[in-house]
Amino acid sequence: MSEKVSVATVWLDGCSGCHMSIFDMDERLIELAEHVEFVYTPLVDRKDYPEHVDIALVEGAVSSEDDLNKIRKIREHTTTLIALGDCAVAGNIPTMRNPFGTDAILETGYIETATAGQQVPDSIIPRLLPVVRPIHEIVPVDIFMQGCPPSADVIYFVITELLAGRKPKLNDKTRPGA
Amino acid sequence: MPVRSRVKTFTMDGQDVSGHESETILEIARQNDIDIPTLCQLDGLSIIGACRLCLVEVVGWNKLVPACATYVEEGMEVVTNSERLQNYRRMIIEMLFAEGNHVCSVCVSNGNCSLQYLATKLGMDYVRYPYLNPDRTVDMSHERFVMDHNRCILCTRCVRVCDEIEGAHTWDVEGRGYKSHLITDLDIPWGDSRTCTSCGKCMNVCPTGAIVEKGKPAGEMIKRREFLGYLTKMRGVNNNE
Amino acid sequence: MTIYDTLQGMAETEHDRQAQFENEMWVCLASGCASQNADQLADRLADLVKEQELEEKVNVKCVGCMGLCATGPHVTVKPAGQHYSEVRPEDAEALVEAAKTGEPYEPLYEPEYSQFFDRQTRIVLENAGSVDPESLEDYLVHDGYKALNIALTEMSPDEIIQEITNSGLRGRGGGGYPTGLKWSTVAKAESDTKYVICNADEGDPGAFMDRSVLESDPYRILEGMTIAAFAVGASKGHIYVRAEYPLAIDRLNKAIRRAKRENLLGNEILGTPFNFSIEIRLGAGAFVCGEETALIASIEGKRGQPRPRPPYPADYGLWGEPTLINNVETLANIAPIIRNGSDWYASFGTESSKGTKVFALTGQVNNTGLIEVPMGITLREIVYDIGGGAPDGRAVKAVQTGGPSGGCIPEHMLDLPVDFESLREVGSMMGSGGMIVMDDTASMLEVARFFMEFSMTESCGKCIPCRVGTKQMYDLLGRIESGVGTYRDLQLLRELCDVTQHTSLCGLGQSAPNPVLSTLHFFEDEYLSLLTDVEAAAD
Repeated sequence: MSEKVSVATVWLDGCSGCHMSIFDMDERLIELAEHVEFVYTPLVDRKDYPEHVDIALVEGAVSSEDDLNKIRKIREHTTTLIALGDCAVAGNIPTMRNPFGTDAILETGYIETATAGQQVPDSIIPRLLPVVRPIHEIVPVDIFMQGCPPSADVIYFVITELLAGRKPKLNDKTRPGA
Repeated sequence: MPVRSRVKTFTMDGQDVSGHESETILEIARQNDIDIPTLCQLDGLSIIGACRLCLVEVVGWNKLVPACATYVEEGMEVVTNSERLQNYRRMIIEMLFAEGNHVCSVCVSNGNCSLQYLATKLGMDYVRYPYLNPDRTVDMSHERFVMDHNRCILCTRCVRVCDEIEGAHTWDVEGRGYKSHLITDLDIPWGDSRTCTSCGKCMNVCPTGAIVEKGKPAGEMIKRREFLGYLTKMRGVNNNE
Repeated sequence: MTIYDTLQGMAETEHDRQAQFENEMWVCLASGCASQNADQLADRLADLVKEQELEEKVNVKCVGCMGLCATGPHVTVKPAGQHYSEVRPEDAEALVEAAKTGEPYEPLYEPEYSQFFDRQTRIVLENAGSVDPESLEDYLVHDGYKALNIALTEMSPDEIIQEITNSGLRGRGGGGYPTGLKWSTVAKAESDTKYVICNADEGDPGAFMDRSVLESDPYRILEGMTIAAFAVGASKGHIYVRAEYPLAIDRLNKAIRRAKRENLLGNEILGTPFNFSIEIRLGAGAFVCGEETALIASIEGKRGQPRPRPPYPADYGLWGEPTLINNVETLANIAPIIRNGSDWYASFGTESSKGTKVFALTGQVNNTGLIEVPMGITLREIVYDIGGGAPDGRAVKAVQTGGPSGGCIPEHMLDLPVDFESLREVGSMMGSGGMIVMDDTASMLEVARFFMEFSMTESCGKCIPCRVGTKQMYDLLGRIESGVGTYRDLQLLRELCDVTQHTSLCGLGQSAPNPVLSTLHFFEDEYLSLLTDVEAAAD
């Protein structure tokens, strides 16, 4: 058998729901494991993104400077970049801060409504960008998988199609919001 | 004198069809199970031709025409679903998604929304235009309903149903261009409106989660539009004349 | 004695009164000059004439626009033909002195302006700058209402329409639709009630052709409308004029009142059975209300938004009745055509575009102002011979015509003749008459973005492609201009041009991409040079 396809899953500004959907593939994960190797995920103890990844499933919108650096690096080292779920595809919930502006949100969260230590953090936590953006507004995306979250079936379908050397057609399988 | 024919024969996507001269391309398409997407159009309300989704090609005509507002003509060759039309329709839907703050996942109309339905049907996999993230308000002042301007696509169905069917004309549009927005009365909170009869027609004809009932959890707002059919029938109203 | 004979008598009396003066001083009192205290100047001149007891020798006459609006106030002394510009009230004494002696007052004398006037052909503007717009008598002296008398007493409606058709006149609002055909369509529509509307909702940035005509020669519009109404069978007319034109409105109101008094409007016009009245409606400044269906909605008291056509207003217009809508300049051509015949009119211009066109020549050009030229003249003649080229010896880079619906024509194409088809072929359009000259310092992106901003803010918001498309295009142009745009942005821009052009409801949206498309066509390098990923662009 040929070498396994390397898969990374990344979690930017999202709720981890899309990752839950990945787990919801259940026993199919074991089947997939015969063909793919999960080289990088939030749940694998690896700090640096690998030099080369065949498929990356990226959850979440680009919300902080850390997200921005990550997504650029991922794009550089990935063959097929998949925007996984509505936050990655369209911004979704994280973009709800955009109309108000990041400063106003920080002010509300860390000062107005804080009961102790009223101060906007300036270290350790990555700085938030002025505007939250979907991934394709930062780097080119190869496959868009809508849904909040996309179902395990759809994720399984996309991976198996890619393994079979086809570009998955998702028109009738996904929609925003579900 | 030659006799004037009131029934027109023509083709639609290569199929032979016929229609009365008082019928539109859209009506004939629906009679023949040819699907043309619409958004601002709703049977029972006046035709405004604003959303541009129902644009079709007529061979030999230099402009695309709205199927909802174009009467049938003898010998016309209508094309309803060319690749060019599909592209334009998808782009128009993308423009709407980029314009407002449509966050489907937390919308009470999630799963029961015309915009969402059309996005899927017309093959929108993502929005290529930059999101505008407008700063819009939510009017919660009415005791039964909510107006969420973030989700409004300005189809003006609410304006028309309120004016043409309910007769209240509580709703109207203010502002120009991308700053256009709906208002109640002379731009006062909906709850303070003296003309609103709280009939809920606007809520039921609203295609998105812009006008909804209070207290609905995400995904559980289902609109009921049956009333339009029988009201217009009982009253014998034809708003297109 | 007929009513027209009485009017002729008034004209003769006025003519004789004017003939007794040795000198006339024409002071422009149109908006441009009025804004520079021309009214005070006129008062001062009149006072001086009185003080020096010259009332029987010198006539100070307030007239309409002479055209050179950037250098007002203007005064012309007749019969010597001396032209003075930038005249202040304190210059009045010197001018009166000059009029007395016949020697020009050198500091303000502008002999070289003859170049500006010599290449023009004035039909629409024949009275502008020489006739008192507030005097019916002066209008009558200059053949005023001769055409209406001919039309009502010697011609049938069909003959009038045939005459207009034969003249080859095309709509001057921008589209160039044959006027005779429009008239005959309304004439054929069956209804007891029909309307004539004069579209004076001039809104292109920098354009003021219609304003000048209304301010300089209001009776000409009333006469043109009345002839049109008789030809199509209308009994009621509206002038839809923007509220930003107070002087035009004032003069129109005065003219309407006077015309009514003299049986030139109202019941039994000129003693014939024909009735026609005109009412003024003020626009609130929305550009889109220049679109005919939006204009009608606005007159009806509704939100000024276009509706799909057909049905066209000729069939289903104001209050659902057949309606003729013509632009100010179109209507200003009617009286001369009826008066002088269609053959005379058709002798001006080209095969497909007859007559003349008024342009507001602005931008980086030495002589800015209002000009009237025969169709078929080249842009080069306008820019260099009339406009005197770009200031400070700079090179002309492009000429923009058609306002926010038009395009930029590069210098190497300036030999293009000005007619409806030629301008359209190069991606611009005649438009209502705005013409902006740009020199080699102009950024074509900035031009495109300026017009896109205009279309964006003036979009009515009804249809999606125009409402959202213009905003998206404006934002993308801004990104590219500020140097952060990518090749993908440029692609999106082209795509948005395409969808907005082909799917918008009315002309505003359909033509909004034109400034981008034409600059992209002729000056693509300027766009490419600003992209951050030029390599991608080169692929």
